[in-house]
Amino acid sequence: MPGTDWSPVELRRDLPPDRADIVVVGGGVIGWSVAYWLKKKERVRDGVRVLVVEKDPTYSEASTVLSAGGIRQQFSLKENIQLSLASVDFMRNINEHLWVLNEDPIDLQFNHSGYLFLASESVAHIMEENYVTQREHGAKVTLLSPAQLKERFPWLNTDGFGFWGLENEGWFDPWSLLNAFRRKAMSMGVFHCHGEVTGFTCTTSSRETEDGDVLRIKRIKYIDVKMPDSREYQPVECAIVINAAGVNSGKIADMIGIGSGSEHSMAGFSLPVEPRKRYVYVVHCPDGPGLESPFLIDYSGVYFRREGLGGNYITGNSPEETEEPDISDLKVDHEFFQEKVWPHLSHRVPAFESLKVTGAWAGFYDYNTFDQNAIIGLHPRISNMFLATGFSGHGLQHSPAVGCAVAELVLDGGFRTIDLSAFDFKRILQQEPILERNIV
Amino acid sequence: MNQRFYDVEVFWRWSRWLKSRRVQRKNAYFGFTQKKFGVNIAAAYYVLHLGGSFRFTDQSEWVHANSRGKFSYNFLNTPDSTIEEVDLSRTLINHNGLDNIVSQKTLRSLSVQGCPNVDDWFLARLHVFGESLQELDVSHCPRITVGGLVALQHLRKLRRLDVSSLVGVSSPSLVRILLEEMLPLCEVTGAEYDQGFVQHDSMGQLKEDTWLETRSFPVCIYPAGSEPRLAPSHSGEFLFLQAA
Repeated sequence: MPGTDWSPVELRRDLPPDRADIVVVGGGVIGWSVAYWLKKKERVRDGVRVLVVEKDPTYSEASTVLSAGGIRQQFSLKENIQLSLASVDFMRNINEHLWVLNEDPIDLQFNHSGYLFLASESVAHIMEENYVTQREHGAKVTLLSPAQLKERFPWLNTDGFGFWGLENEGWFDPWSLLNAFRRKAMSMGVFHCHGEVTGFTCTTSSRETEDGDVLRIKRIKYIDVKMPDSREYQPVECAIVINAAGVNSGKIADMIGIGSGSEHSMAGFSLPVEPRKRYVYVVHCPDGPGLESPFLIDYSGVYFRREGLGGNYITGNSPEETEEPDISDLKVDHEFFQEKVWPHLSHRVPAFESLKVTGAWAGFYDYNTFDQNAIIGLHPRISNMFLATGFSGHGLQHSPAVGCAVAELVLDGGFRTIDLSAFDFKRILQQEPILERNIV
Repeated sequence: MNQRFYDVEVFWRWSRWLKSRRVQRKNAYFGFTQKKFGVNIAAAYYVLHLGGSFRFTDQSEWVHANSRGKFSYNFLNTPDSTIEEVDLSRTLINHNGLDNIVSQKTLRSLSVQGCPNVDDWFLARLHVFGESLQELDVSHCPRITVGGLVALQHLRKLRRLDVSSLVGVSSPSLVRILLEEMLPLCEVTGAEYDQGFVQHDSMGQLKEDTWLETRSFPVCIYPAGSEPRLAPSHSGEFLFLQAA
């Protein structure tokens, strides 16, 4: 019925509503964080109707739940540092933010072990500059000389410097964060729907620029949500769409037509986000580093962290640009461990020569091929689609703060707490990358 | 009740909000006191305001409030004395409250026994006392888990650590062993080596007091005054509870 949700014939219960104010495409931690913050910032009860559309309720391939769950402030860009600090602040008081009546308090299982970045001679000066930036913005990081490293971590075999986070760094359980956001957002009245976005209905308006070029700006009117295992779909009339689809953001963008113009026009720039597979191996080593082992990241790219109390560790490495694994499935390549991970790991920590691989999994990074940093903001050619994607491996740790930033962008018209204008899409149009030098 | 009546739910929320506001007020930053009197007096006043007690480095007596809540303001006369020992047991301190105490770099002993708001984030902030803290008592704090105990690795001068009755830690004996490895010079008290283990007696059978914890079985509740009756198809062990 026009104006209300009521209809005399109730055909299917799990279809999304006919119209929603804001549709969030993607039900990962970013999508639910945005939905929570949108509801938190509305000034009138039921002021915005938010719908979160998630394709896979089992989250079998979602980057959120397959992540190693670390959070750090050791970045080189000040926006990333500020996002991490704000997110950690949120997580510190998470029970005040996300508590729901009659439910259990949230336990993130946060391990406060800190990140330890090892620097070789060649990159030490870059990391020192980053260290100064981090200290300036309030991150509690300390610099350890080789002698201090040997004294603090006798199991470590290194000659370089180390940068160790003393506070607010560590790792936590991504699933509990996702569930906490979801539970709270749903208790605040966010609609959610298990379906797949298959198309958009847009209106186009033309504008002429000063050079006489004709710009076609699209505005999304309806978003088609298809039900699982069925051909049934519901066109949801919406005012604003937020693309938080993670690895599938590129596909969503293609559906609207971003990237389908000629190479030299603005229309030719597609959303440069694609899935990249990363492996995580669970290993067991009874003589390995004990409770004090931080999340160690070697300059060769190999990392490891302790998991639980039984001598288990999680380890992995980022492959070279030219050797990216196949992204069609989530199968694990154990040869990669033998060739690329174990040699560096056992060189760095001699106790790991005698480890045993007990398990492994693979997950996708929503990798921004342009500069490996987030893309947050409006797309210049689509007047009502906000992007919140391309986090390239640090979406989970920034999710509370990014959700707040996107909600401010939508409801307040601009960033209020953290200024993320550096992450706008226009840097891709102007081909000016902002590179983050501390990518894992 | 609060599932059926919205009013009850509102009262519940209010009372929770008021409690959290009280904790926030108790842990406020004493910025004005610090500016006017200096960090040492501000820290001392803060400890007394919370209901704890402290001892200055150059004095041997503890300063604390009496049973009626009154304390003497003699500490105002010694603005340069730093605090050496602090006892904040059973107070409302949380990680924000530490802002007032981090200035005391000579802190040697800290006790937060039984504080309901001391959690892992509080422990993570204790690294500032890495050069001075020798005794720490975090027993009976319900919110501390292993994730916070790993943050104690920064306290290299720690010699005594008390971790008894930590409800959030599921295997206290294992955690004690790992803590002793992490801090080799520290004496860890409070978690016995056989706590949390399933006990067997000499015959290899489970000991009586662990029987109930480790086995699960169906429950049969029968009314008082009658005999429990089970259909012939039910076999195996049951826990019989007599309804009052």
